[in-house]
Amino acid sequence: MSKASAPRSPRAAIVGVAESDLGYTPNKTVLQLQAQAARTALEDAGLSFDEVDALFCAGNWSWSPTLTLAEYLGLRPRYSDSTNIGGSSFEAHIEHAVAAIEAGLIEVALIVYGSTQRSDRSRGRISPAYRLTEQFEGPFGLPTPVGAYALAAMRHMHQFGTTSEQLAEVAVATRKWAMLNEKAMMRDPITIEDVLNSRWIAEPLHLLDCCLVTDGGGAVVLASAERARQTRKPPVWVLGHGEAHTHATIANMPDLAVHQAAIASGQAAFGMAGLRPEEIDVAEIYDSFTITVIMTLEALGFCPLGEGGAFVSGQRTAPGGPFPMNTNGGGLSYCHPGMYGIFLLIEATRQLRGECGPRQVPGARLALAHGTGGVLSSAATVLLGKD
Amino acid sequence: MSEEATYALPQSDPESAPYWEGIQHGELRIQFCTSCQRHVFYPRTLCPHCHSDRLTWVSASGRGTIYSYTVAHRAFGPFAAEAPFIIALVELEEGVRLMTRLLDAPRERLRIGAPVQVSFERLSGRPPLPFFRLAE
Repeated sequence: MSKASAPRSPRAAIVGVAESDLGYTPNKTVLQLQAQAARTALEDAGLSFDEVDALFCAGNWSWSPTLTLAEYLGLRPRYSDSTNIGGSSFEAHIEHAVAAIEAGLIEVALIVYGSTQRSDRSRGRISPAYRLTEQFEGPFGLPTPVGAYALAAMRHMHQFGTTSEQLAEVAVATRKWAMLNEKAMMRDPITIEDVLNSRWIAEPLHLLDCCLVTDGGGAVVLASAERARQTRKPPVWVLGHGEAHTHATIANMPDLAVHQAAIASGQAAFGMAGLRPEEIDVAEIYDSFTITVIMTLEALGFCPLGEGGAFVSGQRTAPGGPFPMNTNGGGLSYCHPGMYGIFLLIEATRQLRGECGPRQVPGARLALAHGTGGVLSSAATVLLGKD
Repeated sequence: MSEEATYALPQSDPESAPYWEGIQHGELRIQFCTSCQRHVFYPRTLCPHCHSDRLTWVSASGRGTIYSYTVAHRAFGPFAAEAPFIIALVELEEGVRLMTRLLDAPRERLRIGAPVQVSFERLSGRPPLPFFRLAE
């Protein structure tokens, strides 16, 4: 972990969060979902659309999602950012929005995501031709992203001795959290054996090692420190943030057993906040696949490299365990509309506010939201705290 | 040619044309940076290690080892009917890594580190690709 400099007083806070309808929403467009989430998040903050001066959006539904969404919502933002680095985009948006607030360019940022991938049946659609850097991988037929994560999992097992049972621990613990969240899509209990007996998707990953494919959207409102003190609910302060990416295609990942982007983003975030991993009360960690979680826990320094499998064993991340993680049920059991990162921020905020009912982590004061995008390509880490 | 039939075809471009022409002739061509003396794959204009533009084409040995692999039990589009199949990342002797499919590899011999050899073959009537087979 990098040597922490003296932590600065927070410049910005999350003041509003909301989901849209989740799951299967065939009667709503991707714009309707985002409008629903945006309005609810602003209501949560006690702010109006007129007070939004920056729009952040990532999505594959438009060549320029912020242009389309701003027009649709009747916004004329003076700051626009449609950075798309995959599922971690929204944690990166937090970093960019905090920087814009610090620069004095904006005061209130609206970060929005929506997807109708389940209704559209767009997952796994093959592009008509493989162009540019994709031409060297596409013709071999690897199903992505799952096949790429399977390659990483196989390498991790080879290098560190990680087992299928350890991967399954993540899926089982996350399902237990989903059983406490009425919005979660999958709420029936599962066992390690259920995961191991579910069908292969790409070895060593079984069906239950993989995230859901759902529709859904979410929104987060971030405000300057001055504005945050005037909003409806107690501010959730951004204490640290970091982002990094290392590659785009899986053959070009520097080391398939090490999530190097997360090492970089985590060190930046913890260094800025002056915090250590063991101080975190609740962790929301991108779980596109069970292996994603294990590699991220190692990279962020919650355990040494190669010990992620042992770290999650014995249901240590389940409700009542010593390491509360993915408390909404995660992408594995709650929802996963393609780019899941916005939901990590929503859940971390609600945990710090104490709004989580049966799944509330008692006394949570410090939370981590960590997004991973592409094929372990990008990472962005956000550390949050309450007064 | 129907739209479906054009799926899964690699699209050559001015930068990659020597690579794909090599495949047609049974030769695995990669780049070599004469500034930092490292091999480079996929083809680029600037070396990703030292950012020199002194890249030349060389013929790779076609020998390497399995860096990682997966057995894909589900695949999409034209590949769906071919599942299950083995995708591997192969590290060539020259030090570069590439994606491929391993052909006719018995499960009991499939392991990370196993030596493999390139084999240019046509699958399902598609143009030839650099597949790999386990070396004897």
